[in-house]
Amino acid sequence: MSVSRAAAPPSAKLDGVVKEYPGGVQALRDVSVAVTGGEQVAVVGPSGSGKTTLLTILGTLERATDGTVEIAGVDVDGASDRALAGLRAHRIGFVFQSFHLQDSLSALDNVATGMLYCGMALRARREVARQALKRVGLGQRLDHRPGALSGGERQRVAIARALAKRPTLILADEPTGNLDSRSGAEVVELLHELAEEGSTLVLITHDEKVAATFPRRLRMHDGEIVEDES
Amino acid sequence: MSAVAENLPPVNPPAPGSERSRLPGRELLGVAFGGLRSRKLRAALSALGIAIGIGAMVAVVGVSASAQANLIAEIDSLGTNLLTVSPGTDFTGKSAPLPATALPMLSAVGHVQNATAVYDTGQSVFRTPYVPAAETGGLSVMADTGDLPEVVGAPMISGRFLSSPKQQLPEVVLGSAAAQNLQIYHLNGRAMVLIGNTWFTVIGIMGNATLDASLDTDVFISLPMATKYFKTAPHPSTIYVRSDQNSVTSVSDLLGPTANPMDPSAVNVSRPSDVLEARAAAKGQFTTLLLGLGAVALLVGAIGIANIMVISVLERRGEIGLRRALGATRSHITAQFLCESALLAAIGGAFGLLFGAGATEVYAQAKHEPFVVPLYALIAAPTAGFLIGALAGLYPAAKAARLSPTEALRA
Repeated sequence: MSVSRAAAPPSAKLDGVVKEYPGGVQALRDVSVAVTGGEQVAVVGPSGSGKTTLLTILGTLERATDGTVEIAGVDVDGASDRALAGLRAHRIGFVFQSFHLQDSLSALDNVATGMLYCGMALRARREVARQALKRVGLGQRLDHRPGALSGGERQRVAIARALAKRPTLILADEPTGNLDSRSGAEVVELLHELAEEGSTLVLITHDEKVAATFPRRLRMHDGEIVEDES
Repeated sequence: MSAVAENLPPVNPPAPGSERSRLPGRELLGVAFGGLRSRKLRAALSALGIAIGIGAMVAVVGVSASAQANLIAEIDSLGTNLLTVSPGTDFTGKSAPLPATALPMLSAVGHVQNATAVYDTGQSVFRTPYVPAAETGGLSVMADTGDLPEVVGAPMISGRFLSSPKQQLPEVVLGSAAAQNLQIYHLNGRAMVLIGNTWFTVIGIMGNATLDASLDTDVFISLPMATKYFKTAPHPSTIYVRSDQNSVTSVSDLLGPTANPMDPSAVNVSRPSDVLEARAAAKGQFTTLLLGLGAVALLVGAIGIANIMVISVLERRGEIGLRRALGATRSHITAQFLCESALLAAIGGAFGLLFGAGATEVYAQAKHEPFVVPLYALIAAPTAGFLIGALAGLYPAAKAARLSPTEALRA
């Protein structure tokens, strides 16, 4: 990809972000971080340290209680729910620990569903989905339902779903958490490869070996970024 | 660069924040169908509730419309050109008998095809002399001039009618209900009934006189016999007149003055087919109660759908969260669940229409009536289903849209 990394605008920029849940629990305290376009970042930390909350704020699924959040050039605080949905539909791809595939749909249609809200017609979505599944090595599994796939394959379907619309930002929440170490390693490698094609990747993990494959690592503790190593 | 990158849309955005989340109607329908398909049995069972409700209502409407159509067809086949003339009251409020000349006068009116009269003999009819005189069975003995079956359109079930106005034989013809009452079902030559002190031979049984059902409980003897044995006065109690089909109204206007020139207002003229048509229309009113029962079934069906949708929202929290993550707005989620429940109920409504029409068909076959399902039912049944489903889905859909995406994803 010919995008110049240095000149790319930040994919995500958080400034003094606080996230407080009802009952006074502070999941994030004064988090400031910028992720440049095309960067690959691992977020590590013990459970309860605020990793997933950080990811939901980056993914615009939740709004910060305080501070400013800018994702793909959009000021999240000032944006309507509808505008944020548009941002998620076109710019953000999610990969979850528990895959979140629909059992009643084939691998192809699961991936095609990833572009449902982009306003593309079904035929076009299926075509892109076919390409994306081939890209993740599941070209032979298009018509299989998730139930007929192994854990690693399911996560690859989920990755294909996230990347098919070519998002600027891929957010992965413990994508290897439900996989054995070999499939886990394959999945991480695939994510790296795909991100190389031009997306920013933010991946949450508590696995140090996975984190070690990333050029930049954010370490979190008690809702704060305690270390930013690269 | 891999081949895929060339096939996929470019990464660089046209303008930040300019892209909208969209769900075109066709895609929405596909999503809703998909949601139902993934839970086939449950969808079928909840649609069944609506189908039963709508089916019951369609059947009620269909059966009553078929019965009504049958009655109207019957009336049409009997003709709507029969008029009846009966004594009314004079200005003092006393009953004013029709003059003895009324029948020949009416027969002479232009556009009158034929006319006949019945005369009340005031007698009762018994099967044996041992029946107490008070047990008349509600049967009346009427005298007639001979053309009654033809004029009122009542066929003879067996035997023949009184053959001639001059008939001097003690013969009697029974109305259909009178024959039942006297337990005379066939004529094997020996059936006799007692009128006054005279035995009369039963020579015929008349079928139902639909246009004037009061004739069914009468028995008929000839006027000369009635005069001879019972001193029956020659004042007709009812005159039946068949007019030309196109002149019914004008003939009707002439009947009063012609029958009783001295006091035309003391004559009642009516058109029995009008009464029957009004009754056929009124028959539809009885269905209101049954429709109410159908509505209750429908309400239960709607609650069933609401229930199943609430459960569905709880079960599909993960899916809802995922859709929000994929870019669905709250209104997309509302629309999806509303569409699912409306589709479910519309399918139920369509099947209900089939059930109802089937039930009507079975009924119509059994009763040899025409099969009629009113046109409005064809449109109303699925539409009602759709609206009920949308209504039932309102709460669950709103609940689904309110779910926080992160909470939903955690479920």
